[in-house]
Amino acid sequence: MMLLASGHHPVHHGFLSPTGVEIAFLLVAAVTFGAAVLTVTTKQLVHAALWLVVALGGIAVEYLLLTAEFIAWVQVLIYVGSVVVLLLFGLMLTKAPIGRSPDADSGNKWAALLVALAAAGSLLWVVVDAFRTTWINLDGPGQGSTKVSGSILFRHWVLPFEALSVLLLAALVGAIVMSRKSGDTSGAPGDAPRDKEQR
Amino acid sequence: MTTTTLAVLVPLLPFLGAAAGLLLGRTAPGYVRPLAVLPTLAAFVLAVVVAVDQGGGKSIDASRRLTPTGSVPIDLALHLDGFAVLVAVLVGLVATCVQLYSTGYLRDDPRYPSYAALVSLFTSAMLLVVYSGDLMVLLVGWEIMGICSYFLVGHYWETPEARAASLKAFLVTKLGDVPFLIGLFALATDAGTFRITGVVQAALTGGIDHPTLIALLLLAGVAGKSAQFPLHTWLPDAMAGPTPVSALIHAATMVAAGIYFVARLLPVFAASAAAMTVLAVMAAVTMVGSALAALAQDDIKRVLAYSTIGQLGYMSGALAVGDRGAAVFHLLSHGAFKALLFLAAGVIIHAAGTNSLSAMSRMDGLAKRIPDAYWTMTVALLALAAIPPFAGFFSKEAVLSAAEHTALGDSTVAPQGTGWIVLIAGLLTALLTAAYAMRLWLLAFRGKGAPAPDHGRQPVAMNAVLWVLAIPSIGFGLTTGYLDDWFDGHALTPALTTSVLSTGVALVGGLVTYATWRHTSALAARTPIGAVAAHPEADGGLVEEEAIASHTPAYGDIASAYDPADPGRLLLGPLHRHAATGFHLDAVYRTLFVRPVLAAASLVRFLDREVVETYVQGAGALPRWLGAAVRKAQTGNVQTYLSALLAGSAVLALVAVVLANANAGS
Amino acid sequence: MHLIYPAGLAVLLFSTGVYGVLARRNAILVLMSVELMLNAVNLNLVAFDVWLRDTLHAGQALTLFTIAIAAAEIGIGLAIVLAVYRNRGTSDIDKLRDTAEGSGPDDPAAPAQKAEAAA
Repeated sequence: MMLLASGHHPVHHGFLSPTGVEIAFLLVAAVTFGAAVLTVTTKQLVHAALWLVVALGGIAVEYLLLTAEFIAWVQVLIYVGSVVVLLLFGLMLTKAPIGRSPDADSGNKWAALLVALAAAGSLLWVVVDAFRTTWINLDGPGQGSTKVSGSILFRHWVLPFEALSVLLLAALVGAIVMSRKSGDTSGAPGDAPRDKEQR
Repeated sequence: MTTTTLAVLVPLLPFLGAAAGLLLGRTAPGYVRPLAVLPTLAAFVLAVVVAVDQGGGKSIDASRRLTPTGSVPIDLALHLDGFAVLVAVLVGLVATCVQLYSTGYLRDDPRYPSYAALVSLFTSAMLLVVYSGDLMVLLVGWEIMGICSYFLVGHYWETPEARAASLKAFLVTKLGDVPFLIGLFALATDAGTFRITGVVQAALTGGIDHPTLIALLLLAGVAGKSAQFPLHTWLPDAMAGPTPVSALIHAATMVAAGIYFVARLLPVFAASAAAMTVLAVMAAVTMVGSALAALAQDDIKRVLAYSTIGQLGYMSGALAVGDRGAAVFHLLSHGAFKALLFLAAGVIIHAAGTNSLSAMSRMDGLAKRIPDAYWTMTVALLALAAIPPFAGFFSKEAVLSAAEHTALGDSTVAPQGTGWIVLIAGLLTALLTAAYAMRLWLLAFRGKGAPAPDHGRQPVAMNAVLWVLAIPSIGFGLTTGYLDDWFDGHALTPALTTSVLSTGVALVGGLVTYATWRHTSALAARTPIGAVAAHPEADGGLVEEEAIASHTPAYGDIASAYDPADPGRLLLGPLHRHAATGFHLDAVYRTLFVRPVLAAASLVRFLDREVVETYVQGAGALPRWLGAAVRKAQTGNVQTYLSALLAGSAVLALVAVVLANANAGS
Repeated sequence: MHLIYPAGLAVLLFSTGVYGVLARRNAILVLMSVELMLNAVNLNLVAFDVWLRDTLHAGQALTLFTIAIAAAEIGIGLAIVLAVYRNRGTSDIDKLRDTAEGSGPDDPAAPAQKAEAAA
């Protein structure tokens, strides 16, 4: 039995007497999971992006329930606010069909389902086996307030934070270079597909 | 400068000349001729100075040990005695003459720079062999000569004859060199030193434990280098090289190296009566066989090549009866007149446009076209036939009288039987030598038929050299009285019995040939024959190359031609067919060695192609099938790959978890 | 709160993401599925951080970094998809099969002949 003892709380909490937070968490979890499943199964590509908004928003609510409020707002800002918008732009720029597209899933579907179910089964088994009795104590001062996060980030994590800024800059430059339509190097990529066709 | 310093310079100068010639050959063609001639000439002059300094007195020894070389030390040693200094003078003289001659003979040859450098290198190596007082250093020169000979025989490598001849020369001499090397090691192990003086000392005091074995091993190398039976077959074929090369290497110096080596180490050989007997039999077979073969050859240079083998047989015979003075005396005089013969033959080939005696015998007035070659060739042939008072008479007399002394028991260095063998074979060969010399002279200069083609005057360098070499051919015999002091002290003056006998048989041989020729030459007009090279303006080298290349297509054989006007054909009778091919020795070698090797090679080829290859193919087939199966999985679809990857990860994770639980539960 | 709830949700979201990555044909939908997987990891990080009351709050800090890196990733990813779309006229992953093993050069006779010639 893989038991991680939680030394702080000797009292055992039953699954049949959930607290209010737990009920809320489970409800939002159901919505989140449903939205995620719809995201990966819907035939309409744009709807997938919208269901993704729901799923990501649900996760933001879960962060709030876990008292990590700063991360919840960052999640809303970055994911819901920018990433999904980017994805929508991508869909539009690649002329994705608006209505139902019957070929949204590839022929790999059943193999993918099998792999996903196997992964889910094994991971769930391990997780349940390991953390059946683990209890998170959400009482006390909030652990994820903006103040706490800020002080932690700029006291202990300054160097990674700055390194991350360099990474973001590199990603920015890279994205611009790659998505530029015409340039000095456009001749070679333009010739490439014709070569392929001739072959 | 001391004599030792001068002697060191003698081999060094041609070596430096060769290096400079090779380096500057392409960039500064103007320097090639001076670089070829001047160092050799300087070496010759220095060799004369060394000889005068040494003066035939006590031998001069000098050595320097560069580095310790294990159990038996190797020294850079000089050993200058009467033999060494005189042979060095001969080498210098012939090499200088040949270099001068080559400037005219290979006037337009594009490969002249490398040719001249190789000749210089060869000269240097020969001088090293002559002066060296250490057997290992001698071996270095010995092997350099071998490789130079290979390159120079193959000078006309465009012709298949030259390629085959160079390979054959190299392989046959190497066949002798392997036992030679083993013999040298055995000798050094027994004597405890590589120094010649030490080895000779050990041999004289009985310090050599296995004299017969060592002597026989060394004799194999000597037979290869000096073209003695049964390793002589490379020499006639080596005539595919340019004539100056034949003169230098295959007449005067390299083939003499073997004789010179035995002369140096004669006490080692004399310690074994069996070795002396083998040497005598070898010499006798070589002499008689080569003289018969020479009588049947059609190519003028092949006649001379066989005569070289025969004269080397005389030297071997002299060594077999233990008189190295006579051997080296004959080596010196033979070197002079044989070089002259070859160089004159080069002029004749150039002037006649063919190397075939049959073709020459149908030309009128060849002698008038080339008077210098005519007169000097006549002198050299008289010397070869040992007619007094030319040089050959005195040296051959020395050999025969030495054999007579041994046969009659006056000299006890060698077994008495060897004396008889050498004496009888020598007299028989004297008869045959005179016969083929006469035949050569008659066919070449007394032809009847169409006038000889006019190719203009021969270059002055070539003609001058002929006269320079004619001087020792005529007058060298007069030095007999002085020379014996330079050697072991045996008298070299002719004895009455052998002189009369040998001169008598030589005259008989010459006269019989003349009579036969008178009889056969009438037939010449009836059977036209002849092929002449088509470049009258070209230099000698090109004419000779074409003559050699065209001999087989024109006459059906490299060595002989079907010519009823040939006196040799009548003289030899049924033997002629066999003598023309060198008594089928090449065919014997082909049957004994070449065929089995070829058969073994084809067997190996079959095994490799059909047997080994099958296994290799089989071993390759399985991976190929596996590869084809795996290739089917490479669909290019990233999602398929990822599915397999993640499925594998899931399976691994499951296995890990199950195993962990099972272990925890147990 | 039981740790099993956020952890289980994370597992389910992750598996959903796996299914999406493997089953979706459009590259942009694949990217969305990748986002789902990343968020599952983030949820795990936050849950364990809260449970362990880490003084450095490594879980939350790493979550922030992951979000930033995910934003960068989606930018680069979309740029790649756009470039591919411009070159190939499609953004369907299963049509990009240039790395498939061809059937041309696997003629077994050719290398055998070459070996023969070399021998």
